[in-house]
Amino acid sequence: MASKPRIKVPKSASAGEVITIKTLISHEMESGQRKDKEGNPIPRRIINKFTCTFEGELVFECDLDPAISANPYFEFNAKVPASGTFEFTWLDDDGSVYTAEAPIEVK
Amino acid sequence: MKRLLLAGVVLAASIAGSGPVWADPVEDTLEIDGMPIVTQTAAPEGHPFDEVYSGWLFRSAETRDLERDTFENPGMIAVEDGEAMWNTVMGSEGKSCASCHEDASVSMKGVGAHYPKWDADSGKPINVELQINKCLTEQMGAEPLPFNKNGQRELTAYIKHQSLGMPVELDLTEGDMQSWWDRGKDVYYTRTGQLNLACASCHETAMGKMIRADHLSQGQVNGFPTYRLKNGLTSLHQRFRGCIRDTRAEQPKAFSDDLMALETYVTWRGTGLSVETPSVRQ
Amino acid sequence: MQLTRRNVLGLTAGAAAFAIAGGRISPAMASAEEAEKMVMEFAGGAMPAEGKITLTAPEIAENGNTVPVSISVDSAMEGDDLVESVIIFADGNPSPAVATFHFTEMSGEALATTRMRLAKTQNVIAVAKMKDGSFYMDKKQVKVTIGGCGG
Repeated sequence: MASKPRIKVPKSASAGEVITIKTLISHEMESGQRKDKEGNPIPRRIINKFTCTFEGELVFECDLDPAISANPYFEFNAKVPASGTFEFTWLDDDGSVYTAEAPIEVK
Repeated sequence: MKRLLLAGVVLAASIAGSGPVWADPVEDTLEIDGMPIVTQTAAPEGHPFDEVYSGWLFRSAETRDLERDTFENPGMIAVEDGEAMWNTVMGSEGKSCASCHEDASVSMKGVGAHYPKWDADSGKPINVELQINKCLTEQMGAEPLPFNKNGQRELTAYIKHQSLGMPVELDLTEGDMQSWWDRGKDVYYTRTGQLNLACASCHETAMGKMIRADHLSQGQVNGFPTYRLKNGLTSLHQRFRGCIRDTRAEQPKAFSDDLMALETYVTWRGTGLSVETPSVRQ
Repeated sequence: MQLTRRNVLGLTAGAAAFAIAGGRISPAMASAEEAEKMVMEFAGGAMPAEGKITLTAPEIAENGNTVPVSISVDSAMEGDDLVESVIIFADGNPSPAVATFHFTEMSGEALATTRMRLAKTQNVIAVAKMKDGSFYMDKKQVKVTIGGCGG
């Protein structure tokens, strides 16, 4: 994975407001269905889980299968109870963990 | 094989073009993060069309939507990779692009709208990819980037993206640009390959029609490098070569004189369209 | 043969099928029956009712590599009126599973969008699992065009 994950979270919200979050991460999502030029199967290597928490509490999670496109994109909603930080985690088949976070202020 | 041959016949027949026009460009307007993008404008003098259309107008609603928001545009990952490269020291002189050109949003603004330009040193037009290589070898003490490798597409996309929304306009009065334009026009109208197709066969005569399941556009280049849903970030010369391969002709080398002339001519054909790099296409 | 639009479509579809068979992907494709079995497994043995959940996907996808898909479930997302998860299947892919979304009260609303791969024209199915143990489904056919010259 070359670049850092991209996340889009509003900077502020009112208490209890439901906001939209977008995330995009650079990843081949090698499906395990393809073959290389010599005809050998290319092993599967995908992001298999994406998790969004707010101050440690689960907001949204997705189990990904190889049918998710390269550079996995998610758009989902979240309720904002108070000022705090959204944490994002992507798990790679190879054991790598990619993380990002975004603060939000309740006005 | 028989089916494939039939498909070839159908392809040729549909391009020969007495059939109905199945789908014209859509009527839609594009704003990218609120910035208005010109996707349709009056053609420059001497152009075969009255109006030039961005390829964006030939894509489905879902594909068009991907380009409206730079966050949702998967090509922006490559632009960010290009930005990292811009700030990375390359070569024996210990310099990055930023060492000399500093803030790309200032120094590179307009580059994507005005290249190819005349390069007096080589006596040829130079595009962004070759300009990067010129900097790398002459200023930075580095190796030139090989075609489509080592971040060439990404850095090119980052540089061209700095001109997002600016209208394409070439200066054909510089040096010998006009004769390269003439040569590019020849390439554009010359039929090649077993299928005997010229650029114009699909993108001028059959513009707006379907070729198999693909909606033929004017073949504008204002969005390159483009993010193709089919195979990710795609450079202009990669696309030229792909088109030419599909005519079953021998492919000219990337940045060869024929393709540099073609880039000059085809860029001119999109005069007035906004730079969309990285555009999103099928 | 007269070259009508229908003939052209038939021929090109044949050529497309041929292109796939000769190409890099040739595993056995999942069947509608297999997907149905997986839906029933997820839903505890019965076919879920229609309603409550809306699946949005293009009628025609320009390229099967990147097909936007959204789900939205009508729910207060509080107390017992909560969507626990939504699973997406594609019944013509090598393997029907696409993704499973998990929601909580913190989700605010049960909606999500992602992008998926579809190997060919097929049905996309979304099943919502509610906290009260009920299940709902929606199904859309997405036609996948094998176009895209060059590149």
